[in-house]
Amino acid sequence: MAIVEVRHLTKKFEGNATFAVDDLDLATTEDEYLVLLGPSGCGKTTLLRLIAGLEQPTSGEVLIGGEPMVGLPPRARKIAMVFQSYALYPHKTARKNIEFPLKASGMEPGDRAKKVEWAAELLGITRLLDRRPRHLSGGERQRVALARALVREPDVFLLDEPLSNLDAKLRATARDDLKQFQDRVGTTTIYVTHDQVEAMGLGDRIAVMSEGRIRQLGTPHEVYHDPADTFVATFLGSPPMNIVERDDVLVGFRPESLLPKGVVEPDDDAVSVPFSVHRVENLGSERHLVGTVSGIGADTRVIAMLPSTVSVEVPVDETAEFVIRGADLRFFDKDTGGRTARRRL
Amino acid sequence: MSAVRATRRRRYLFDRDGVLAPMMLLPSVVYIVALVAVPFFLAIAYSLSDVTVGDPSFDYVGLRNFRAVLKDPVFRRSLTNSIFITAVTMVLVLVLAKILALVLTRDFRGKWGVRFLILLPWTTPVPLAAIAWLWMLDSLFSPIDWTLRRLGLLEGNLHWLGNSKLAVASVITVQVWRIVPLAAVIIMAGLAAIPQDINDAAEVDGAGFWRKLFEITIPLTLPVTAVATLFGAVLVFTDMSVVYVLTRGGPVDATQILPTWAFFRGIQGGDLAQGAAVALFLFPLLLAMAVLILRSVRRMEVL
Amino acid sequence: MEAPSAATWRRRRRLGRVGLYTLVVGFALFAAFPFLWGAITAFKADQDLYNRDNNPFLFNIEPTMQHVRLLFEGTAFNTFVWNTLVVALLVVAITLLASLPAAYSLARLNLRWGGAMAIAIFMVYLIPPSLLFISLSRMVSFLGLQDSRWALVVLYPTITIPVSVWLLMGFFKGIPKDIEEQAMVDGYSRLGAFVRTVLPLSFPGMVAVIVFSATLSASEFIYALAFVSQTSQKTISVGVPTELVRGDVFFWQSLQAATLLVAIPIALIFNAFLKRFIAGFTMGAVKG
Repeated sequence: MAIVEVRHLTKKFEGNATFAVDDLDLATTEDEYLVLLGPSGCGKTTLLRLIAGLEQPTSGEVLIGGEPMVGLPPRARKIAMVFQSYALYPHKTARKNIEFPLKASGMEPGDRAKKVEWAAELLGITRLLDRRPRHLSGGERQRVALARALVREPDVFLLDEPLSNLDAKLRATARDDLKQFQDRVGTTTIYVTHDQVEAMGLGDRIAVMSEGRIRQLGTPHEVYHDPADTFVATFLGSPPMNIVERDDVLVGFRPESLLPKGVVEPDDDAVSVPFSVHRVENLGSERHLVGTVSGIGADTRVIAMLPSTVSVEVPVDETAEFVIRGADLRFFDKDTGGRTARRRL
Repeated sequence: MSAVRATRRRRYLFDRDGVLAPMMLLPSVVYIVALVAVPFFLAIAYSLSDVTVGDPSFDYVGLRNFRAVLKDPVFRRSLTNSIFITAVTMVLVLVLAKILALVLTRDFRGKWGVRFLILLPWTTPVPLAAIAWLWMLDSLFSPIDWTLRRLGLLEGNLHWLGNSKLAVASVITVQVWRIVPLAAVIIMAGLAAIPQDINDAAEVDGAGFWRKLFEITIPLTLPVTAVATLFGAVLVFTDMSVVYVLTRGGPVDATQILPTWAFFRGIQGGDLAQGAAVALFLFPLLLAMAVLILRSVRRMEVL
Repeated sequence: MEAPSAATWRRRRRLGRVGLYTLVVGFALFAAFPFLWGAITAFKADQDLYNRDNNPFLFNIEPTMQHVRLLFEGTAFNTFVWNTLVVALLVVAITLLASLPAAYSLARLNLRWGGAMAIAIFMVYLIPPSLLFISLSRMVSFLGLQDSRWALVVLYPTITIPVSVWLLMGFFKGIPKDIEEQAMVDGYSRLGAFVRTVLPLSFPGMVAVIVFSATLSASEFIYALAFVSQTSQKTISVGVPTELVRGDVFFWQSLQAATLLVAIPIALIFNAFLKRFIAGFTMGAVKG
């Protein structure tokens, strides 16, 4: 229901030489699910806290719904936030937790109760309402935290790594719940994570951050297939994009693009490369072939990823002919790491 | 064979909890039994006897000392003073310490220096601090009196320690003054233990200063506040140096408290039996305080 | 409801700052006033001090070092300080020797009655000197320690050991068990693991114990007053208030100088170790 925008936003913490957030520009679209993705220490949480008003910027502007927000405390911003730890008030029951923001806004007790019931029902936690947080499981706490954020009907949701405290199994279902939740609520959401699977699965768009700057802003498809620079290329994907040095450029290709000859239909620009396999890791759904590729540029250790549907024998310590389609090659400037023009190999 | 095993087992004596634990505990236990438990029971025995400094032979007299003590108006004055002074002090301490703790967790200029000044009352040996106050409250040269005279609010002198109401107020002031820093520092530790996320969440949820204070901060620091109260109350209740230095219990026993009265009776007066009986009255009151406070801590333990 | 503007919020924040600084100054003045005034008094000449009409906060006559000199040269102040140092050092040593193993035993070792023991030690806090000094006076003279600073050396650990055990227990509980277990797997006995891994890690806790025991030795009053009356054996807490008075005449300037000379170094030490001290204290008290 509101667009969040930051302009030339800069944050420098006292005693730190570097900028946590460095002259950053970013704007969401209406009702968008925007994911801030980056390694720890890249400034993504600081950016979120600046938007929330929990930190004051060194310079720059924060706008929510077109209104300048700098200088306003969090409570004047019509935002709701879910913290990494969920930050449930330990001395209050789930009901009191969810009710708290409503009480702060001066709503009548009767209306408050109705609102809490509504949010609890939406998140399926009605039967948990009279428990204290310490008697709730991780997943249940997350739902209570979401309900607490929801009842305020904020203009913007801010979520700070809400899944990182859950174990791996729970995380998949929780991610599903989060997505459904957002689809239903349809409010602009900014979601911080260091987990690319979450980012790819949840985001309408992903902003990949490092060192206080946005390296690339695009749809999951764009950031994966058309990375703006080598940082994005190697941060996303597991295993990451292979990079081979050739004269003044870096040539990149995804592990799944390096396939044995005969498995793929080569296009016009396809390159055929000798690939010497050192080791094979069979992961069940796929095989990782670790080896040295030559013929593109300098001999480089790369990884090829074969889906289990490709059953070609790949003998270890022998060289086989592999193919990369021209459309799957990406070129980066050797000095800046940024994308450069496609060229023939 | 079994001899070999036995020596081997002996070699591992220091690995066995059953041996090591009592051994490590023993010195402290012996010390405390010898110099706390023994004199404690000796005090009970004295209170049931007629022992004096001049006549140390022990004769059992039953509850005679307690009856005598209870009839003594000075004792009753001491008992009510002890309770009154402790209660009023702790109420003031709690309010002031909570405010001070909140202030000290904020950022402001000159914090190190301010913290140093604020801790002075607590770190200074109490008798010396009392001396500093004795001079502040001097009957002729009190700077408070001088300031009041200058402002035209007073003629002559207030005689802080000569007037029974003012003397009690003075004792309370000094106790508050020396306990507030300790309580504040303990409460600060409790404040620091509140996760930053909780504070942030409260702010995002729209809570203003007062709502955050009363709905989040105070409930979450209640257990540690209770601990601070317990420590502070025991310190005030059992202290005799402030009263001894400031008033010696005067004027006319107006500030007499249990510890000073026990001292004047038992040590200076030489009546060990009655002194012990007076001092023993501290114990049930201390016990009640501790149980009350610790029980409320347990009830509030929510984290 | 019209949302308050940024300017309103700024004004509110500025008001908050004003309030904060007012409180800071208020508290600092209340805390330090007796000392500030004591500092002025210590250097005042008699004719200046004992004149009711003189501004007590100013030097109406040249300040003088005369009374500070008197404190060192004409009184037993040096003896009091020396006695205090001796008592403090020995009390600290006894306290550490007794409380470190006891705290470890209660915090870590599997001891029957361990929980009850810990509570019993806490209860000792409820049997304060003001309750014991009368019967102790007989015990002290029975032991031949009356009128001697040795009585204080023997008695102060009864106050410091329980508190220290309590405090160190909290510290030991905060040290991960893995570290000792690693040492035991590496070939040390349980005792060896305690000495080599736990003790070095509990250094902050020991600092708290040392600071607490030393300051208690300097400030305890009841035992010092009841059991020591000979000037040469007194510590500062009783020596200063009882000896710097001749009849009814207080040596006010020297008294204030003595107070400051004792208070400031102790406060400096406390400030340096405050964080560790408080961490130790509350951990012990809350987790107990």
